[in-house]
Amino acid sequence: MRGQLRILPVVLLVLLVGALVWRLAHPPDTDVQSEMIGNQVPVFAQTDALPGKPGLSSANLADGRPKLVNFFASWCVPCIGEAPVLTELKKEGVPIVGIAVRDRPSDLRQFLVDNGDPFERIGADPQSRLQLAFGSAGVPETFVVDGRGILRMQHIGPIEPDDIPDLLNAVRAAR
Amino acid sequence: MIAETGLAALWLAAALALLQLFLAFGPAAMRGGGTAPVRSVAIVQGVLTLFAMAMLMLVFARTDLSVLLVAENSHSAKPWLYKVAGAWGNHEGSMLLWVTILGIAGAALAIFSRTLEDRTFTAALGAQGTLALGFFAFLLFASNPFARLDPPALEGRGLNPLLQDPGLVFHPPTLYFGYVGLSVAFSLAVGALVTGRVDSALAKAMRPWVLGAWIMLTLGITAGSYWAYYELGWGGWWFWDPVENASLMPWLAATALLHSVNVLVARDSLRAWTVMLAMVAFSMSMVGTFLVRSGILTSVHAFAVDPERGTFLLALLAIYVGAAFILFAVRSGKLAEGPPFELASREAALIGNNLLLTVILGVVFVGTLYPLFVEAATGAKLSVGPPYFNSVAGPIALLLAVLICIGPLLAWRRDNGEKLKRLAIPALAGVTVLAIFLFAIPDGGLLEKVALGIASMLALSALLPLVGRKLRRTPLSTWGMVVAHFGVAVAIAGMATSSLFTSEVLIAARPGEQVAVGPWTVEFKSVTPAVGPNWTALQAELRASRGGGVSVLRPQSRFYSSPPTETTESAILTVPSGQLYTVLGKSAEDGRWQLRLWWKPLVTLIWLGGALIALGGALALGGRAWRGWRKAQEA
Repeated sequence: MRGQLRILPVVLLVLLVGALVWRLAHPPDTDVQSEMIGNQVPVFAQTDALPGKPGLSSANLADGRPKLVNFFASWCVPCIGEAPVLTELKKEGVPIVGIAVRDRPSDLRQFLVDNGDPFERIGADPQSRLQLAFGSAGVPETFVVDGRGILRMQHIGPIEPDDIPDLLNAVRAAR
Repeated sequence: MIAETGLAALWLAAALALLQLFLAFGPAAMRGGGTAPVRSVAIVQGVLTLFAMAMLMLVFARTDLSVLLVAENSHSAKPWLYKVAGAWGNHEGSMLLWVTILGIAGAALAIFSRTLEDRTFTAALGAQGTLALGFFAFLLFASNPFARLDPPALEGRGLNPLLQDPGLVFHPPTLYFGYVGLSVAFSLAVGALVTGRVDSALAKAMRPWVLGAWIMLTLGITAGSYWAYYELGWGGWWFWDPVENASLMPWLAATALLHSVNVLVARDSLRAWTVMLAMVAFSMSMVGTFLVRSGILTSVHAFAVDPERGTFLLALLAIYVGAAFILFAVRSGKLAEGPPFELASREAALIGNNLLLTVILGVVFVGTLYPLFVEAATGAKLSVGPPYFNSVAGPIALLLAVLICIGPLLAWRRDNGEKLKRLAIPALAGVTVLAIFLFAIPDGGLLEKVALGIASMLALSALLPLVGRKLRRTPLSTWGMVVAHFGVAVAIAGMATSSLFTSEVLIAARPGEQVAVGPWTVEFKSVTPAVGPNWTALQAELRASRGGGVSVLRPQSRFYSSPPTETTESAILTVPSGQLYTVLGKSAEDGRWQLRLWWKPLVTLIWLGGALIALGGALALGGRAWRGWRKAQEA
């Protein structure tokens, strides 16, 4: 084997290790960003998650008031942690509607009793179809929708107290 | 106490690995004090790691919830077998298994390798000890499997239900024996470069290790492929997933090495190349281990991303592979060229084999890491999938299959082409099959049809080395080659037919309805609940028939309680002509159920081929071992 060729394995290794070091320093972003941001919310007919609680349709999302759409579920542990923050946002005067993903009315009622009910309306999404239509990949996820029903912002994962100012600003900007 | 004993054994083994390193490369080795001390240290080190692994299996078998690893990955209600196998169904335990096999390999090298010249052998054991030392450090400092949990957990979190399968018992250990068995070839190559003695004696010492590791890798990959096929419920047998590729790459390198090491044994040629391949093969194992264990590539083998451990493993990889490659760059220039040979010769065919395998390895390597390179260089995100791998690696693999028809018929050094005339009948058969499929099936991929033609040709020509021989006096190693090459033809035929002829039906059906898939009529009888030791399920009853009798299939949709997970348990009916594969999906509100049915003609040939390839390797290994033993008895 010729001289230069003998160094080739070392060079290839350096390239490989370099790329792997870069990857370790920049872990892949596994959040799925919604492609729907900037678009009208998908059209859906009214669904009711709980008897006695107003249901949700796409028309409710274009009633002139910017609001938060919160995808949640009674079986979702981080949603419990998020509940007080949603109550806080409601106190700040932000309208919040919920979409209960793959949930049962009895579980959902208990969840709202235990963790509070900040929602004006709750829609049901038993097959995750709405969730997919919004471009959401998990619970909890929260969207800012403006008064004309256009998706303005996506928040992936539970809302932490630190996120409140950002969300309030986004809701104000959506007016 | 058991956990502490295991941990102490690990520390002791690590100390012995350090001692092994000093004995091999320190002043004592320079004086040439014999191999007995370093041999015994390697053996004791191997025994200690095996003991540590046994202790881990014991705490898992007893579900000792004061051990963190057990609490996080096991559960008292789990069946006994999966408790024990669960010892390696997690990161720490799996790395301990890796290190255990590294220790066993070092001990086995110390016990069985008696023919190699002392200095090369000592240096090889030193290299093996150095490898072990780094991985001991990894276990002890970054990934301790014996860490305690205080206070103990009340109940364990359970094993990922996808892993609760006989596949877990066989797949990781066989794969690891393959991965890590290649470390011996790596160490022998390093030892030979240190002393500058790369010759047929080295190749003879290396061959059984390469063969053994290669058999295990073949079995591990074949078993893993079948496991994924029936467990994941997607009906596919290979996904070009990064973790699958991570096992395929060492296999490709080991396959090339297996053939080049034969050239080195028989003809003393391809010295530098064989040494390089031995290093590349184990380097690929380490790259594979890193990719899997750091979790940096998105994969169905969804392991947690852990930057600290990833960094540690990457550092080990960079140091070991880097040192070996630098040693190669410095020392390989001094290796003399082997004796010459002509273009029409077995050597040339085997070089062709090596080049093609290396190209396939390169194709897989680039495809697996290309997204990473592109993202690092430009920030763009992309993924490389089956269309690339199939259309690039596929034709090269078929070219290689044609070469397999020719190579075994050629003589060493030079060949007059006399025996090649025997290829006429297989070639004719291949062309006929190709023509039939081209005319009979107007649509469908060209690659698959060509593959079927080549597979027919290879199936016949693989047998040609037996023609004109007394079969009972033919050495087992020749039988091994014939069986393995025939297995390649069988596997290719299975891949091509299942790709060409699979019929798939996805339907929402009510109990009582009938569904047709391929030649089968499947009656959907009912869905009923079923209960297992740590799961409940909805179980469909399907009655499948095609003319004759009726077979019942019971695919399930299972719910495991700990951790709460849903899995689909496919039900597969295997008949000689293929498999009927059924999956029960979700229910709709109107009482209909999703059913997914596949008829996959001859799909079983894929794994049968894999098993034949491994069997061929086992015959060759057994034959050589038997001959070696007989020679030793006579002497």
